[in-house]
Amino acid sequence: MSTPLRLKELSKKEDLLTGGHRLCSGCGAPIIVRQVLLAAEVPVVAANATGCLEVSTSIFPYTAWKIPWIHSAFENAAATISGVEAMYKALKRKGKIDRKIKFIAFGGDGGTYDIGFQSLSGAMERGHDIVYICYDNGAYMNTGIQRSSATPLGANTTTSPAGSVIPGKLQPRKNLTKIMAAHGIPYVAQTTPAHWRDLMTKVRKALDVDGPAFINVLASCNRGWRTPTNTTIQDTKLAVETCYWPLYEYENGRLKINYKPKEKKPIVEFLKTQGRFKHLFSPGNEHILEKIQELVDAEWEALLREESLYSEEG
Amino acid sequence: MGKKLAVTGNQAIAEAMRQINPDVCAAYPITPSTEVMQRFAAFVADGKVGTELVTVESEHSAMSACIGASAAGGRVMTATSSQGLALMWEMLHIASGMRLPVVMTLVNRALSAPINIHGDHSDGMGSRDCGWIQLYSENAQEAYDNLIQAIRIAEHESVRLPAMVCMDGFIISHSIESMEFLPDETVKEFIGEFKPTHPLLDVDNPVTYGPLVLPDYFIEFKRAQHEAMSHVKDVVLEVAKEFEKISGRSYGLFESYRLDDADIAIVILNSAAGTAKDVIDVFRDKGLKVGLLKPRLFRPFPYEEVAQALANVKVIGVLDRAESLGGFGPMFMEIASAMMTNGSNPLMVNKIYGLGGRDFMPEHAEAVINELKEIMDTGKVKVLKEYIGVRE
Repeated sequence: MSTPLRLKELSKKEDLLTGGHRLCSGCGAPIIVRQVLLAAEVPVVAANATGCLEVSTSIFPYTAWKIPWIHSAFENAAATISGVEAMYKALKRKGKIDRKIKFIAFGGDGGTYDIGFQSLSGAMERGHDIVYICYDNGAYMNTGIQRSSATPLGANTTTSPAGSVIPGKLQPRKNLTKIMAAHGIPYVAQTTPAHWRDLMTKVRKALDVDGPAFINVLASCNRGWRTPTNTTIQDTKLAVETCYWPLYEYENGRLKINYKPKEKKPIVEFLKTQGRFKHLFSPGNEHILEKIQELVDAEWEALLREESLYSEEG
Repeated sequence: MGKKLAVTGNQAIAEAMRQINPDVCAAYPITPSTEVMQRFAAFVADGKVGTELVTVESEHSAMSACIGASAAGGRVMTATSSQGLALMWEMLHIASGMRLPVVMTLVNRALSAPINIHGDHSDGMGSRDCGWIQLYSENAQEAYDNLIQAIRIAEHESVRLPAMVCMDGFIISHSIESMEFLPDETVKEFIGEFKPTHPLLDVDNPVTYGPLVLPDYFIEFKRAQHEAMSHVKDVVLEVAKEFEKISGRSYGLFESYRLDDADIAIVILNSAAGTAKDVIDVFRDKGLKVGLLKPRLFRPFPYEEVAQALANVKVIGVLDRAESLGGFGPMFMEIASAMMTNGSNPLMVNKIYGLGGRDFMPEHAEAVINELKEIMDTGKVKVLKEYIGVRE
């Protein structure tokens, strides 16, 4: 029997990412990792792309990881974990190992959307029995808040600064969750740490499938988002309430939206709490705010339309 | 004894891999090494090996998957060439830094640009400083023998470092020559079972691979690698001695050919050594005391032993099939360093030959030996480094 997804029972489970690591207070990444590892009911081995999570949890001679963990480089968490999984398969076939073990890769948006994209796509296509979890905080936070392809339109980063001529990032973010769904893998989902039960349910589903799974988790970063350290949960929750980051999943190619806000909040509610969008509220930038709202609306409506196709089918 | 067959160099490597039967292979196709994994994939498809073959989307991922698989706790092999090795470069350092005994065949090929698919050593020499053991091979037989020995060397408990076995692209990889294979059982027994140390798959004893190591410990990691490297020479000789018992073929750190009483020596790697030996025989018949030294173990480089072997030589011609533009050829730099360690001060010249697969012909060796004789007679070196067999 698996542990029920209730806080009372979960609180009795051992935390597999210990405290004492050096991630910032309020960072979304360790909250996500702890939820992921608490959700897992079988032993897991993890690979980690270079990034905040990796550098802050493994400063030699200490480690925050109570599970077998490997970091090799930035762009290859998916390839690295696929090697670990391949060895597991080989040794299992040869009778040298008989336990059930599952494999997880963690990467930030830089290591997943950008430099690790090819490695991720390849690993998914090859069908390894792995779960890739992206903690997406929307920029290269570890190197000091540089724009990535996950950075939203208009955001002020150190390489897409809001200047007197250019108002922050000019391009909308890449929709990686949809791209991963297009790989036709058994399970793809999007969630946030604010929705812990949703996240943990998705992790369990992802670990249960025989084959590759991908989960994109929105993670706030108070350094990059310019938010207080105690608003992580509110901020990521707001992303869902505004439909900036809808909770949805693809199970065997079939879309399900897991949460539909009764009243969709305007995107400015999400933007105005974050310093990275502060300049968008200055006179002359209204059109960017409108554009962001349009993008959010278009994605949300497309999701609703797509989901309705399945309900028509029955 | 094993059977004698006429095979290509790539076929010999694929056969060795079938006999080694690694747990995981991760590879990506690239000329001229493609045939190795192609043949190996057929062994996997026909159930002749128990290997999990990971057909990755790039060489970077090939080495990354090899690293993951090796850390997981099993025997891991791959093969590549040229640009493939260049793309792996980042991961080569990580494999050695993590002390993972991955064994790779490098079918030597020139590096772009201009693009060229033929054999030279710029790929192998470019990975000289990546912390891998490097064994070079003159022909298919040596490549086969080296690969089997490389498993034992890399996995040796006092070493635990990755190893690459190099052979010349096309000249060896695609030429058919007669060679002797060991029986499957003999190879299996020789390499033995893989002994994992701190495997990731031991979930009851979790380990952290690839932590962040800051200035307080980093240099200790590197010194530990250096120490492991310093054990390689002895292990290579120990493994070679055992290998001789099962094969009748003897290997050292390098091969000396008619070097004992030589006044003139040629130092040359891989396939071109064969051509040079024939020409040396012709000069020997004419009474010129010329010999050859063909390095086998290039990393770690056996400086003292090489210096010893060349101690009484008056003139050395070092032939490099790789460039270090703006410097001497990489082999020349090693030989010059070696000669410094024992204080002997021979006259030396560096010839760059065969880049991009240009054939090394007997007349090239002949011209070099004639020039070395002139240097010996006059005591004068005209040009320290120059290209040979090149259009002027």
